[in-house]
Amino acid sequence: MASHYEAPIRRPLVGGEKSYHDVTVDIAKPIETRANRQWWIVFTISLVMFLWGLGCIIYTVSTGIGVWGLNKTVGWAWDITNFVWWVGIGHAGTLISAVLLLFRQKWRMAINRSAEAMTIFSVIQAGLFPIIHMGRPWLAYWMLPIPNGFGSLWVNFNSPLLWDVFAISTYLSVSLVFWWTGLLPDFAMIRDRAIKPFQKKIYSILSFGWSGRAKDWQRFEEVSLVLAGLATPLVLSVHTIVSFDFATSVIPGWHTTIFPPYFVAGAIFSGFAMVQTLLIIMRKVCNMESYITLQHIELMNIVIMITGSIVGVAYITELFIAWYSGVEYEQYAFLNRATGPYAWAYWAMMSCNVFSPQFMWFKRLRTSIMFSFFISIVVNIGMWFERFVIIVTSLHRDYLPSSWTMFSPTFIDISIFVGTIGFFFVLFLLYARTFPVIAQAEVKTILKSSGEKYKKLRDNGKSLVGTGADYRTSKIKKSI
Amino acid sequence: MSNKKKYWKNLAELNQNNNSAFTELQNKEFVQEIPVDEFLADKDNLENSSTNRRDFLKYIGFSTAAATLAACEGPVVKSIPYVVQPKEIIPGVANYYATTIGNGYDFANILIKNREGRPIKVEKNKLASDSKSANARVHASILDLYDNGRLAQPVKDNMPISWFSFEYETKSKLEEISSSSKEIVLLTQTFASPSTKKLISEFKSKYNNVNHIVYDAISHTKALSAFEARYGIRGLPNYDFSKTKVIVSIAADFLGDWQGGGFDCSYAKGRIPDKGIMSRHIQFESNMTLSGANADLRVPTLVEEQKLIVLEIYKKLVGNNIDLDSEISLDPKLKKIVDETIVEIQSNPSGAVIITGLQDENFQSLILEINEKIKSSSYQPQKTILTRNGNDSNVNDLVQRMNSGEIGAIIMAGVNPIYTLSNSDEFLSGLEKVELSISFSMKEDETSSSVRYIAATNHYLESWCDYELVKNEFSLSQPVIKTLFDTKQFQELLLVWTDNKMSIHDYIKNNWNSNILDSASWNQALHDGIFIRKSSKIEKMEMLASPLKFIHYSKSFDKISRINSSGFQLNLYPKTGMGDGQHANNPWLQEFPDPLTRATWDNYLTISEFDAKKYGLYLEPSTFFNQSRNDADGGLNGKYVIIKSNGKQIKAPVLIQPGQARGTVGLAFGYGRTKGVKDEMMTGVNAFSLYHDSNNIQNVEIEETDGIHEFALIQLQNTLMGRGDIIKETTLEVFNTSDKDIWNSEAVVSLNHIETPVSSPDVDLWQEFDRSIGHHFNLSIDLNACTGCGACVIACHAENNVPVVGKSEVRKSRDMHWLRIDRYYSSEDSFLGDDNKKDNISGLGSSLTSFGELEKASENPQVAFQPIMCQHCNHAPCETVCPVAASSHGRQGQNHMAYNRCVGTRYCANNCPYKVRRFNWFLYNENDEFDYHMNNDLGRMVINPDVTVRSRGVMEKCSFCIQNTQAVILKAKREGRPVAKGEFNDTCACASACSSGAMRFGDINEEGSKIAELKKNKRAYHLLDAVGTKPNVVYQVKVRNIKNNV
Repeated sequence: MASHYEAPIRRPLVGGEKSYHDVTVDIAKPIETRANRQWWIVFTISLVMFLWGLGCIIYTVSTGIGVWGLNKTVGWAWDITNFVWWVGIGHAGTLISAVLLLFRQKWRMAINRSAEAMTIFSVIQAGLFPIIHMGRPWLAYWMLPIPNGFGSLWVNFNSPLLWDVFAISTYLSVSLVFWWTGLLPDFAMIRDRAIKPFQKKIYSILSFGWSGRAKDWQRFEEVSLVLAGLATPLVLSVHTIVSFDFATSVIPGWHTTIFPPYFVAGAIFSGFAMVQTLLIIMRKVCNMESYITLQHIELMNIVIMITGSIVGVAYITELFIAWYSGVEYEQYAFLNRATGPYAWAYWAMMSCNVFSPQFMWFKRLRTSIMFSFFISIVVNIGMWFERFVIIVTSLHRDYLPSSWTMFSPTFIDISIFVGTIGFFFVLFLLYARTFPVIAQAEVKTILKSSGEKYKKLRDNGKSLVGTGADYRTSKIKKSI
Repeated sequence: MSNKKKYWKNLAELNQNNNSAFTELQNKEFVQEIPVDEFLADKDNLENSSTNRRDFLKYIGFSTAAATLAACEGPVVKSIPYVVQPKEIIPGVANYYATTIGNGYDFANILIKNREGRPIKVEKNKLASDSKSANARVHASILDLYDNGRLAQPVKDNMPISWFSFEYETKSKLEEISSSSKEIVLLTQTFASPSTKKLISEFKSKYNNVNHIVYDAISHTKALSAFEARYGIRGLPNYDFSKTKVIVSIAADFLGDWQGGGFDCSYAKGRIPDKGIMSRHIQFESNMTLSGANADLRVPTLVEEQKLIVLEIYKKLVGNNIDLDSEISLDPKLKKIVDETIVEIQSNPSGAVIITGLQDENFQSLILEINEKIKSSSYQPQKTILTRNGNDSNVNDLVQRMNSGEIGAIIMAGVNPIYTLSNSDEFLSGLEKVELSISFSMKEDETSSSVRYIAATNHYLESWCDYELVKNEFSLSQPVIKTLFDTKQFQELLLVWTDNKMSIHDYIKNNWNSNILDSASWNQALHDGIFIRKSSKIEKMEMLASPLKFIHYSKSFDKISRINSSGFQLNLYPKTGMGDGQHANNPWLQEFPDPLTRATWDNYLTISEFDAKKYGLYLEPSTFFNQSRNDADGGLNGKYVIIKSNGKQIKAPVLIQPGQARGTVGLAFGYGRTKGVKDEMMTGVNAFSLYHDSNNIQNVEIEETDGIHEFALIQLQNTLMGRGDIIKETTLEVFNTSDKDIWNSEAVVSLNHIETPVSSPDVDLWQEFDRSIGHHFNLSIDLNACTGCGACVIACHAENNVPVVGKSEVRKSRDMHWLRIDRYYSSEDSFLGDDNKKDNISGLGSSLTSFGELEKASENPQVAFQPIMCQHCNHAPCETVCPVAASSHGRQGQNHMAYNRCVGTRYCANNCPYKVRRFNWFLYNENDEFDYHMNNDLGRMVINPDVTVRSRGVMEKCSFCIQNTQAVILKAKREGRPVAKGEFNDTCACASACSSGAMRFGDINEEGSKIAELKKNKRAYHLLDAVGTKPNVVYQVKVRNIKNNV
């Protein structure tokens, strides 16, 4: 047969020879069936962690920030480290859904729903910290430029913390809207399949009365594109602004012009690692191997490898600029980072973020699921250390040696962090059981993007009936 | 005329006698019968008219809610208005009264600031001499007034009694004893009080057989005896260092508590190099002291070396009438330094002065003689210091005679011998043999809890007294508040016991009018607080003893020769914060960081690194795997040792002290109190128990023991890391001969490849506005004048209601001090050496090793002090980052902090290059977790009503005492005039407390003001000017009088 040149056929984005109906069934399954034992175990653990963290937050708010390990020199440590870490993780969602949408990267369709869910849940965790790290969190609303009865008092628009408030809240709201828009046809699908009236009612509310008319689809496409356009600059802006918290300060080690691109790359890096972590588990637990394929994992590994290398270049640039600047405080700050009392944190960061992703140059390693999972965890640890290194090692030895101190976390510091991990997983696990975890409406559009299956059938001389290759053949199958 | 009027409501009541119906009605509660029985009997009706369930629940709900609400008590603010307002008290306006503190250890002429009748702060008495101004302890003494552990009434055998019975019982007992053969002993502090002296002599004449023994907890007996032998008066020579050219101090911490202290003011005057000259200060000592830290040349020496140095100087300057055993000689290196020192003295003998702290009568005499011989202009024996008058041998004698039962009565005032005597157990057993024992005390302390009668006594701010601190310089002490408790002062009881019906006020007034004032006005003297007798009255100082003829000095003569190799010379010393320990219950002083070690809430054995390593007392620096020297949060740890001396042993932690002479160790007095202080304040160990023979030098043996001690240090990094632009310094020679740019260059920034000074408007990111209009406040800190004494630190606490946080919080680096005095040690021999070392770093390997070495202090380092508070930057990094604009700039240069706007993000503190912002990690007032003065009603009386007490979760910091500058402005406004020249000067608590003149505060827009001049001084620089913050605090470059780099 192969007498003519045959263009290599793209690998199918959805494996397992699924039909449209199979997709529907697969994705609706976790919602329509009862949770298994593992889910309950993991959920219980997460809930306990969350409640424990919540207790520690209540203790902190009612007693004072003194229950943390901070001191007069190190005014931020785990609180802001966790904040930046969670915001960074929240970056992958929008990147996958918006930027990859604009670039027509269809492989994103299998993972964007969960990536966006992860974004929203991690931004919620991130948002907690700026509030609870305040000495008087009950006055947090003073950070908002709302008309008030305090005389002429207004927020300080010079403050990067205020920019943070705007950046994070904008990001959260745009991400939420974008996510929900994508969810509408899928919720409608669940609604239409629902048997129990209560479920039907809930999903019909959630789907905003989606009817599936052509006009609906047209608007859906338009809104998606517009929101993608809106969200794309946010991918860059949020972490840029978070980096301004440090970059606009006068503290050596913080006052660095490289921070915006470096933070954005780092955020995408950590975000993809977290998506990787979650999806490797989810594809197994929810039987989504056909949708989240090895190809997805490999592609994400490549993104991790590239962003990790960008981050590595940024680290080295920082060191170079510190030396090149000739500013003694700057030089000492970086020397101290790499060789001072917190050198262990620096080298933990270096090895996790710069060295470990380099393994992804090897195809065998980047297509190994276990290894990918391992590296994704390592990268997340590394990125946590990156923020810790930036915040704590810059603060603990700044200008006046008389003020140099050390920082050591208390039990409460650790518990609150663990609590947010618990909270994140509580939300994610609930999501996994109530939301369509894959954008099935979108996935259905790429079912046929590969002709491999049909080629095989044809080569074997078999019928295409029932393969979902064509509505006519499928129709015949349906009638049987 | 009795009142027979009768009131009536109606005629029937008026005529009730003949109206039985009215009487009947009047006795009934209701006019008509209430048909209760009928109502209850009517069952049908009752059953029909039901209250339904919902109504019932409503009623129940309402009544429960009402009852609950009624049971709640609203916050009760107890404030009692004046019925008749005193004329002199205007709410909101402070009154000032001159008074004098004389607690036996600290003597100072001060002003007390009173608000609404409450004394709240110690201020400087500008009429008094600078040498009598308040130190840190005196500034803190106001808090002792509001100590909630004070005795509220006299006590007999642990039971409170009335003053009436106290007086009756003690008087009859005293009369009984005086008629017996037994002796009555008055064991008191040094009062230096003419009226008390007179009262005691009257007491002596009434009761025969009275012996008055004066006891100073920290002895000056040897120096007193030497002076007495020479000049016939028991006192100490005075010194004025303001014009001295060469100061040679041999173990005299004259910037500390040597001879009662107060020399730092004249010393600081002589250290200002602006006219090209300053004194040269050479210090030979064992412990690192404040004086050694300020010296141009500091030589760590052992006591025997110090003695030899005195002999050497004596031989060269006075005469060679000293015979030395041939085997005793100075180490050649030391000899060279001493020879050079002598040459310096000889170049200008009258401009030099030699002082010593050696507790040895012979050596004290030698020093007096040397100073006489060189005709030192700084030496002022005629201005005799009278604030020390104790005699150790009398006290030792007393202990023995008490034990042998010769003493019938002992009356103690201002002393705590059971705490301060090394043989306190003997004293205690003797005390039990004394029939009548009375102790005048504010607290149930170690001594007063062992006596029969405790006379609950006044705080000095509740008392009348007079003083003669320096010969012919008199001062008065007046009560500034009515006694808070049912207490009486010692002098009042002396009046009672001598059957004198006069009040103590009248007694002092009479005494002054007849003996002191020479027809000058009593009211004026009381107003001024001081009175200086006219010069015609001053008798000329006459030398009684002839110069010492001959001294034979041999090894056997010196009791302090080293016993064996494991022995150490223990130098006992008073700490700047705690002195002799009478303020141990004062949380401000407990949390006051030692100027040198920067440790709070502790005393410890200071030891050189060399010895620590030799005896295994050195903790290696912590690494990730080994957390020994510092905890993970930075807290410093130390090993414990057992110190053995004269059969006694105490366990103390070890702190490595750069500059400590090898073979010596130091331990501070004043700690280890066990009674009369709160549990939190029972810190440290009692060094008095080793104070054998009242000798501050003891031979001890040291033995390592188990355990790790946790220190609470306010500063963890000791060296400056070669950052010479933080503390700019130079030598006098360079200062006098070179251009300013050499030793005080301004930071530059590249603008279009041209180096431009950072102060230039061209490199300013901001729109500068005209700051020459209105007031603009600046504070100048002269690093040459600052001795590091810390009076400003406590003054700042008192003025600004700075909370005390306790040892564990300080250990976590959470002190709340608005003003701190950073202390740095050099890592090389000098700070300039550190700078050179840093500048010579090239390459990564060299930076790693060099910075590592720079972190360690040298064995005998140079020391630098730098007071740091909010720099009030005109371009403040804290202001731009606050999201709620709680930190904003004022029109007068201050960086404001609006506490009630602060949400507590701590961003400002992170972004402060000076790290002066302090966060309220917890609620420090009215919180049971922090049992200090802000947590009881009495202690809170010290709070300055002009300054907010900060709540938890807000940032706080120095405000340039804006309440005081505002008070000046408001006063001028009320009086309808512009602010007068100099009215703002030193209105900041720190500047007004600074007796050495190192801190100067004022308005730079005021023409010809001192501060404007200081800002333009060629020594002036801004801290970290390269950051471009443009601070309103200006430092003056430190100039050291160093010759040939020594």
